[in-house]
Amino acid sequence: MTMIEPQPVIAIDRADLPEKAKEFFVQGYRLVQICATNGDSTLEVTYSFDRDYAFTNMRVILQKDDTVLPSITGSFLAAFTYENELQDLFGIKITDLAINYNGNFYKMAIKTPFLVNKSSGAA
Amino acid sequence: MGTRTIIPFGPQHPVLPEPIHLDLVLEDEKVVEALPSVGFVHRGLERLAEVKDFHELVYVAERICGICSFIHGQGYCQGVETLLNIEVPARAKYLRTIWAELSRIHSHILWLGLFADAFGFESLFMHCWRVREKIVDIIEATAGGRVIFGSCKVGGARRDIPNDVLKGIKAELTTIEAEYNELKPTFLHDNSVKRRTVGIGTLSKEQAYALGAVGPTLRGSGVASDLRTLGYAAYKDLQWEPVVEHGGDCYSRTVVRVREVTMSFDLIRQAIDKIPEGPVDVKVTGNPTGEFFSRLEQPRGEVVYYVKGNNTKFLERFRIRTPTFANIAPLVVMLKGCELPDVPVIVLTIDPCISCTER
Repeated sequence: MTMIEPQPVIAIDRADLPEKAKEFFVQGYRLVQICATNGDSTLEVTYSFDRDYAFTNMRVILQKDDTVLPSITGSFLAAFTYENELQDLFGIKITDLAINYNGNFYKMAIKTPFLVNKSSGAA
Repeated sequence: MGTRTIIPFGPQHPVLPEPIHLDLVLEDEKVVEALPSVGFVHRGLERLAEVKDFHELVYVAERICGICSFIHGQGYCQGVETLLNIEVPARAKYLRTIWAELSRIHSHILWLGLFADAFGFESLFMHCWRVREKIVDIIEATAGGRVIFGSCKVGGARRDIPNDVLKGIKAELTTIEAEYNELKPTFLHDNSVKRRTVGIGTLSKEQAYALGAVGPTLRGSGVASDLRTLGYAAYKDLQWEPVVEHGGDCYSRTVVRVREVTMSFDLIRQAIDKIPEGPVDVKVTGNPTGEFFSRLEQPRGEVVYYVKGNNTKFLERFRIRTPTFANIAPLVVMLKGCELPDVPVIVLTIDPCISCTER
């Protein structure tokens, strides 16, 4: 293949998120990225970590009527940019966020643009 | 504790060609806290995956940035090719490597010029850009564009570089490298440069790693991390090692880039010597299925392309984590404790690209 790299994805419950993040931190991983994917009724949030080029992920599935997530900035301060992005683009409410822009990280014409469906013409 | 003042820095500032804003909390002229703001021109390019099919989307990826455009396209293509289970021809991998390293040279020399300009060394700025222009000429001769290459596509390369042209490039690179070597001592040894960079904006090895720094920002703090080690494109066939410096300051980040330019010249020469004959693309059938994080080393550091396909011609998710986005948190730490006049110099040493960040 063009590039083969094992990329395991571990499904976790959101309540376990801070503790799991702490485990990654203690094991010497660095935070690579956090991203969300908009599904029909769910939001899929993926946290990616790297240690010596070993890439691994943990994933939380949120129902769209309950999009609250605990922050992982207690372990990875660098997560504040990603988590503010989740708030602004996807409307995910992050609790205990170390540096919280309260929806003003991005200056946009509409709120939570990545939740707007394609069929509505926003894309 | 002295009187605290908040100084707004940017989004329009002489050393910042793109909009990033910092609220600098000062005690006298010492920065005690810096709060960054981005998002002034967020473009939402990721959502174009919903209306551009996966073949067309490479044009969007290349337009994320006007400096590292080729590697954006390459990262996207490598991700989709993995979803499609496509093996790209070996010659295409070498061509991608050559274009990627040309991008790295022109990006780093562009930055070196901007950096010189930031601390008032105008003649050094002009010499850097004069040398860079010759690299851009090679890019134009081989890709047709000076900024947007348009040479990468899902399945390989859109065009070949004939062997006689490659030989000519190799000879030309010798001339360009000799001119570049005349500039290096100024960055490495000049007293006025060192006074503005040594011991300024220090980021320890532990801080750089814990804060998720990437690229020369990470390697300048002593962490040997370079995604080319993964062996994508032709890198697994070439002899090289990550460039690492241990000072963690503006000077170390500069030296990393200075040395990486030299390494890129060498990588291109190796690639030209080893490039195999053969086709440069394969036929692409089917639609992408599954998910993949495509990771590459851009001039500014690790870039991550997340592509998720659902067996249609439109990706379900297309997400890019750019190097500058990752380097914002380390920047906040670098700025703490510095003097106000050093802020522009420190900010520039992460080589901020807001065009990338506002993808």
